[in-house]
Amino acid sequence: MKIVVIGAGPAGLAAARAALDANQRVVLLDAADDLGGQYWRHLPSSRPSSNEAVLHHQWTNFVELRARLEDDPLCEVVTSAHVWAIDRAGIHVLVGPPDGPDRERRTYPTDAVVVATGAHDRVLPVPGWELPGVYSAGGAQALAKGDRVAVGERVLVAGSGPFLLPVALSLANSTSTVVGVVEASRARRVASSWAARPWELVGARTKVAEAGSYAREFARHRIPYVMGRAVTAIHGAECVESVTIAAVDSSWAPIVGTEYSLAVDAVCLGHGFTPRLELAIALGCQLNDRRFVAIDEGQRTSVVGVYAAGEITGVGGADLALVEGTIAGHLAAGGRLDDEVLGQARRHRATWRRFAARLDVAHAIGERWSQWLTPETTICRCEDVTYQQLRTVARVTDSSGLRSLKLTSRAGLGICQGRTCGRTIESLLGAWSNEGGLIDGVTTDRRPIAVPVRLGELRVDSRDAATD
Amino acid sequence: MTAHSVDPEKDPIRPGSTNVVTIVVDGASVTGVRGQTLAGVLLSAGYVSWRGTSRGDRPRGLFCGIGVCFDCVAVVNGLSDVRVCQRRADDGDVVTFQSDHPDSSVEEQSSDAP
Repeated sequence: MKIVVIGAGPAGLAAARAALDANQRVVLLDAADDLGGQYWRHLPSSRPSSNEAVLHHQWTNFVELRARLEDDPLCEVVTSAHVWAIDRAGIHVLVGPPDGPDRERRTYPTDAVVVATGAHDRVLPVPGWELPGVYSAGGAQALAKGDRVAVGERVLVAGSGPFLLPVALSLANSTSTVVGVVEASRARRVASSWAARPWELVGARTKVAEAGSYAREFARHRIPYVMGRAVTAIHGAECVESVTIAAVDSSWAPIVGTEYSLAVDAVCLGHGFTPRLELAIALGCQLNDRRFVAIDEGQRTSVVGVYAAGEITGVGGADLALVEGTIAGHLAAGGRLDDEVLGQARRHRATWRRFAARLDVAHAIGERWSQWLTPETTICRCEDVTYQQLRTVARVTDSSGLRSLKLTSRAGLGICQGRTCGRTIESLLGAWSNEGGLIDGVTTDRRPIAVPVRLGELRVDSRDAATD
Repeated sequence: MTAHSVDPEKDPIRPGSTNVVTIVVDGASVTGVRGQTLAGVLLSAGYVSWRGTSRGDRPRGLFCGIGVCFDCVAVVNGLSDVRVCQRRADDGDVVTFQSDHPDSSVEEQSSDAP
């Protein structure tokens, strides 16, 4: 048996190791040209440094994991591997430079698969967010860790959730001045979700220590952290020059009269994460009511032989992803859930899940965030669809079907295939439609062609025949 | 100045020696650090946008940085729609700004592209 692991972030790496520990063959696929995923995105080997660990958590753990996989003859690591479709014939991959051309076509079997495709930032629209100089929080992080590029001199980090903290520190460690971290959730909400049932957090002591280290580092870099506020507008002619910040209520509606402005040359936004579901959906995996991949205690999806681990099963951070990957890899390799070797992973998974559930409550998107939008605010960045245009289409067509509303407004139909604005247009349109929300059962998660492919790369008569 | 490469003298990761990579951006020679993505080289050289959107020809540069949003696509070595945040810069790479707006005349690709 050969186990195919899709995604080489914490979950995929741990899954591959667990399967190798059970003496099974593993194929590890990742679109990037090195292992680590977004969490351990790092400099290429052509840029050695003596203290790269300062940009990472658990860096040693990653270095050991990578060495373990690369040194194992049972493990075939395939980087620059772009999975573009999955069907009965298998997992279709193009291997080569991102967006081609002339990538090598390969197909892998699907009888034992661990899906660990992760998540990307969810960024809510804000007036001016389409200006150059506005980045997703993860984008700024990726540039800092993978390119040693600082996105600005005076940078504001805003949105919601604990991910804003490492992003701010990455920027500070890249010689930017972080003028503030603006968290939309109010202090009372965050505190109450933490203070409830404290005994549940006993196993999560390392997280408390982590929080302490952020507090120290923020003090050292003099980074102000404010809660219950949001960036409600971004201004600039050619690129970002300033932001408007306002206090928000518990539903994230801005409070009139509390606005103030701040001069910045870059803004990093993150309001949570969207799981990258297209490959799990292509494999036939059912989703749960929170729109993550549905799994059982053994990380098994609804499809026999297909396992899921990490952020696609619920956003929970790298620690949870690592233990989920370990369990998924072990079971994919034919192991049992009650095997002794999984005892610790299962206990830790329970702890990290409780931890994740609290973060979910503390930092959930407020239901009235859209009050900071103006008629001119861009909603769909690809197709330049404004809030007013979307609203007008919804009113004039009186449609309750997402598919028809997308076709008439063009929102979500651009080159990103709705990855950036998809969940936002679903929630806005759903709120406007008559009663029962959107009724056609369509979501923006399904993408049968998972990444763009050049037609020339699919020609049957291409290289194989030509080089004979 | 907005985006910029971290000054190696001040970089807490204590970088070792690096090599230069030279690319061509809309006809101009631009240098970056070998190992950087094309987006990293562009941003470090002071470019903030390199594409016009299909409807309003609005400027776009880098947004998500991880290959998801497609804001950063450009023409690379004669091939359009390449996500420059995903592609490492190679010496001699030719990056041309991309306008997806139907009214803008798409420039013929230079014949000296490698």
